[in-house]
Amino acid sequence: MTPLFAIGPAPLEVDRIAAALAGAGPSAAADGAVVTFLGLVRNHNMGRRVRYLEYEAYEPLALKAFERIAREVEARWPDARLALHHRVGRLEIGEASVAIVVRSPHRGNAYAACRYAIERVKQVAPVWKREFFEGGDVWIEGATANPDDERARAEAERLACA
Amino acid sequence: MRVTVRLFARLRDIAGASELSRDTAPGATIGEIWRDLAREFPELAGYERSISTAVNADYARMDRVVAEGDEVAFLPPVSGG
Repeated sequence: MTPLFAIGPAPLEVDRIAAALAGAGPSAAADGAVVTFLGLVRNHNMGRRVRYLEYEAYEPLALKAFERIAREVEARWPDARLALHHRVGRLEIGEASVAIVVRSPHRGNAYAACRYAIERVKQVAPVWKREFFEGGDVWIEGATANPDDERARAEAERLACA
Repeated sequence: MRVTVRLFARLRDIAGASELSRDTAPGATIGEIWRDLAREFPELAGYERSISTAVNADYARMDRVVAEGDEVAFLPPVSGG
């Protein structure tokens, strides 16, 4: 049985994640939209030619962060539900590092909740990527994770609703 | 009392270990454990303002008092997605 929230080395199977989400709710028949986001490893970053990425995570805290993001989504868009899986380990160009699936009765909320969820992953999930590029490697460091930072949360919501 | 320290990403590279066992005084805070580590591994000091911290896999603030056996994690700025 595919869980709604997961982090681990296995390749992401979006069809299974979507099926798990469809089976999880009481009212899949009321949903009129499914929005899926896949984050992919791309071959360039900040002028560097990327060879591959290595992801690592503090997995138990990452799972709690995903569940928190889902609660935030349900508070903001009560008719939307989501599933979120993230990969760790070495990922090649073109592979998916993160998969988010959102269901809702209407597309507007599904799109917004999906965008919100990926922005929040980037803000608060304890996951790191190390970029191996032509000529070296570097840990990518983005946001200082603080789930209680309301300004960051509001920025994710602003992007989601733009 | 003993705590387990977990380090991730570049912090792990700097310390050369993902997990350390450390003795600390009863009543010690996360911040005190961090400052001891930064003395041991001076390159860590530059992260003082940008790290996040967790105790037993829940986010916690630097002034949180830790207990015997706790797992204290230091997290550099995140880059998931």
